[in-house]
Amino acid sequence: MSQQEKLLEIKNLTVHYETVDGTVRAVENLNLSVGAGQTLGLVGETGAGKTTTVKTIMRILPVPPSVIKSGEIFFKGEDLLKKTEKEMRSIRGAKISMIFQDPMTSLNPVLTVGEQIMEAIGLHNRVSKRKAIELAEEMLETVGIKGDRLSDYPHQFSGGMKQRVVIAMALACNPQLLIADEPTTALDVTIQAQVLELMQRLKRQYKTSLIMITHDLGIVAEICDYVAIMYAGQIVEYGSLEDIFLHAQHPYTKGLFSCIPDLYSDDKELIPIPGLMPDPSNLPSGCRFHTRCQYSFDRCEIQEPPSVEVSPGHHVKCFFAVPEKGEPQGTPLGRPV
Amino acid sequence: MEGRYDKEGGEDLKMALLEVKNLKKYFKTKSGLLHAVDGVDLHINKGETLGLVGESGCGKSTIGRLVLRLIEPTEGEIIFEGKDLGKLNKSEMRQMRRKMQIVFQDPYASLDPRKNVFELIAEPLIVQRIYSNKRELERRIYELMEIVGLAQRLVNSYPHELDGGRRQRVGVARAIALRPVFMVLDEPVSALDVSIQAQIINLLLKLQREFGLTYLFISHDLSVVKHISDRVAVMYLGQIVELADCKEIFKEPLHPYSQALLSAVPVPRIDLKREKIILEGEVPSPINPKPGCRFTSRCRYCQDICKTETPVLREIYPGRFVACHFPQKGQ
Amino acid sequence: MGTNLNTVTSKPLPVYKKRSQGAEIWRRFRQNRNALLGMGIFFILVSFALFAEIIAPYDPIQQNYEKIMQPPSRQHILGTDELGRDIFSRIVYGARISMTVGLIAVGIAFVAGTALGVICGYYGGVIDNVIMRFVDILMAIPAILLNISIVAALGTGLQNVMIAIGVSNVPRFCRIIRASVMSLRDQEFIEASRAAGATDFFIIIDHIIPNSLAPLIVQATVSVGSSILQCASLSFIGLGIVPPTPEWGAMLSTGRDFLRKAPHLTTFPGLAIMAAVYAANLMGDGLRDALDPKLKR
Repeated sequence: MSQQEKLLEIKNLTVHYETVDGTVRAVENLNLSVGAGQTLGLVGETGAGKTTTVKTIMRILPVPPSVIKSGEIFFKGEDLLKKTEKEMRSIRGAKISMIFQDPMTSLNPVLTVGEQIMEAIGLHNRVSKRKAIELAEEMLETVGIKGDRLSDYPHQFSGGMKQRVVIAMALACNPQLLIADEPTTALDVTIQAQVLELMQRLKRQYKTSLIMITHDLGIVAEICDYVAIMYAGQIVEYGSLEDIFLHAQHPYTKGLFSCIPDLYSDDKELIPIPGLMPDPSNLPSGCRFHTRCQYSFDRCEIQEPPSVEVSPGHHVKCFFAVPEKGEPQGTPLGRPV
Repeated sequence: MEGRYDKEGGEDLKMALLEVKNLKKYFKTKSGLLHAVDGVDLHINKGETLGLVGESGCGKSTIGRLVLRLIEPTEGEIIFEGKDLGKLNKSEMRQMRRKMQIVFQDPYASLDPRKNVFELIAEPLIVQRIYSNKRELERRIYELMEIVGLAQRLVNSYPHELDGGRRQRVGVARAIALRPVFMVLDEPVSALDVSIQAQIINLLLKLQREFGLTYLFISHDLSVVKHISDRVAVMYLGQIVELADCKEIFKEPLHPYSQALLSAVPVPRIDLKREKIILEGEVPSPINPKPGCRFTSRCRYCQDICKTETPVLREIYPGRFVACHFPQKGQ
Repeated sequence: MGTNLNTVTSKPLPVYKKRSQGAEIWRRFRQNRNALLGMGIFFILVSFALFAEIIAPYDPIQQNYEKIMQPPSRQHILGTDELGRDIFSRIVYGARISMTVGLIAVGIAFVAGTALGVICGYYGGVIDNVIMRFVDILMAIPAILLNISIVAALGTGLQNVMIAIGVSNVPRFCRIIRASVMSLRDQEFIEASRAAGATDFFIIIDHIIPNSLAPLIVQATVSVGSSILQCASLSFIGLGIVPPTPEWGAMLSTGRDFLRKAPHLTTFPGLAIMAAVYAANLMGDGLRDALDPKLKR
């Protein structure tokens, strides 16, 4: 990361789920940081540990079954994992907010949207009711909904509108960090475009940092500054938008790009990543991707590859990662003893 | 992708495997008549893939079910291999089902949770009484499993024990079990992770190549549709607004809605600068739609005539159909 | 055009052998301790019914006026009743009637209720309306009144009691399965089956019923208990099992008059009923879980 101030920094985070069937290693040794005003895209497929990671930041993972094995999460220099539940309550919603995937279920159907936005405001600010109504109306207008719809119920809104309401609630207290967990997956393309545009505008307006969880590299290309590619609980590649989209090095990242159809090139052949996502309660040894990787050699099966900084700010967790200057960390010649 | 269908064949109706004429499906609701599909004409030639795109509620899935007669149309004809499906009785229709199959979006919901892989793949063969010999049935099921890339050891597994990709392979195996000539693919990869999506797309393409299948590919994902289709129909509120050759429609969409839809797709590239058309508002209600063009409320080129006169789907040049009073050239 | 989907597979194909469902279900059932306990109790009661002659130490209808209402002792482990009959022997013999009534009455309700419910739920419309209104009427009549009318019309006797209790239980089964069928009917896998060309009958037998078993089994086990109680109430008003035939409900109701003087007259038959109901419920829960392939452990 550049010299910019780090708003959020995750160090060596490991989160497990202890279940009857064994330990699920959902997130392991995860390092990540988000600078002020930046947008980080957290990309990965189902079960990669994206949601676990952000829920750990919010400290909203149910304990048990989840266990935070190790790590620190610094938010403006303070370790969130050391906070008490009471302290966390004053952070959630006020300093860090979250938007969930499904707008249909993240709103309470028996309360008007106005009441719900006012509740979000009232939790962290001592304001009069009149002031709260004013603020709620203002928020609604900000997300592009007429203020007089404050007394409408969620079912009177369409999916896209509901997600706008959710965004209004999330931004009501002007948080410094907004976490969006696949906020547009449930929406249609044209509505998705509206919501993405709105989020980008608000992000600039409020100077909020954003962590965007998504599986859609198209969305990443549109709104993110930095990208972290997650696979089986680990970040396999991290870098700026250019690093990932133009100079990707990790075989998984490359695989992701080559298996999506391209709207702007004709007759691209899709090259699927063979095999399946490993079972998180029974992960392969060594590099977790080696079972699906066409480049894997025997070292990959035994040893976990280190995270190599191939160029400033561009990290790749692979033996074949080639730094811009210098030798690769582990070529097939450099086999372990 | 080339050579799978003959462009000239588009005009020759004898080549059409499936033809749909003035198809309508209205649903009665408390607040009025819901026009799910409202006067759709299209044909699909043998061996080609017609992509049907549109946003949720535009009626694309309803068309998929109508052409298979899983639901009955309010009006219109569906002609398959020269036979009007609406005129077939129950047992004739059952016979016809051998030739036309469907792959569903959600491979979890479309597989009975209490049946294992063997029973699931066997079901179409059993209900159609294809094999009287149990050994032959078994052989066929293992063969199908091999065709779709399912390991033999999975034969006793239940859907919940399989991941999404494998479940969808079971769905595909069921669909091809009866050796159909035509398949409706209703968002077959939308519920899958990207790396698995590519596996299933390649499987579907392989099956089409090997068995000369004809596909109606329904999806909201334009990149996938572009990848798999020969021709594409864009739907908006129960009507087809544009229908053309796949490459042409993506290179130069003519209907304002197609343009907006195409520009709204996030593209995983940072070396492309595109003009983004952000549509205002949302899809209006399909209940008792107003006369005139249905896209007027969101169209940036809307004129007075659009509000009063419904544009018909007309052929601008051979093979290129647009339903717009002012088809826009050049994006 | 190439509609031939034949490919030649070179590898020899294994013979398909279905992983035995019975063994699988039993394996899952066995891991549920409560279910095993329930089954244990149930087996004891069934063996009471089957081998009453061997198990019971006394004749259940032999009266003995010298030993009236004796508390449990070495000779009469559960004591004697107001006519000096051995309570343990009467409970053992009573299992015969109670278990038969419980199982057969529920069987009748299960079959009739399922058939009606499936028809209503699957076809809907007018048929549904007609049947369900009739079911509503049945439901509006108190069970005991319904039982009395049916027994009064058909005459007393074990068989008619079972029919009466069965009929009065039909509405509940019917409602439960109808709701379950209605939610299943619109599931995609039903549509998938239809797309393959399956007939309605095939869909009902092969998909609808297996998938709506869970609530039915729970209802069935609860009903076993309530049927035993209903039989008891019928006996109590003299329409059920005619004395001196031993029957748990009848024992309970006659013992009620001596509740203060000799509580064991009611306690033990009561415990027997409770054990039967409890065992059925435990077993039902276990069976429901064991039948669901999703809950595999």
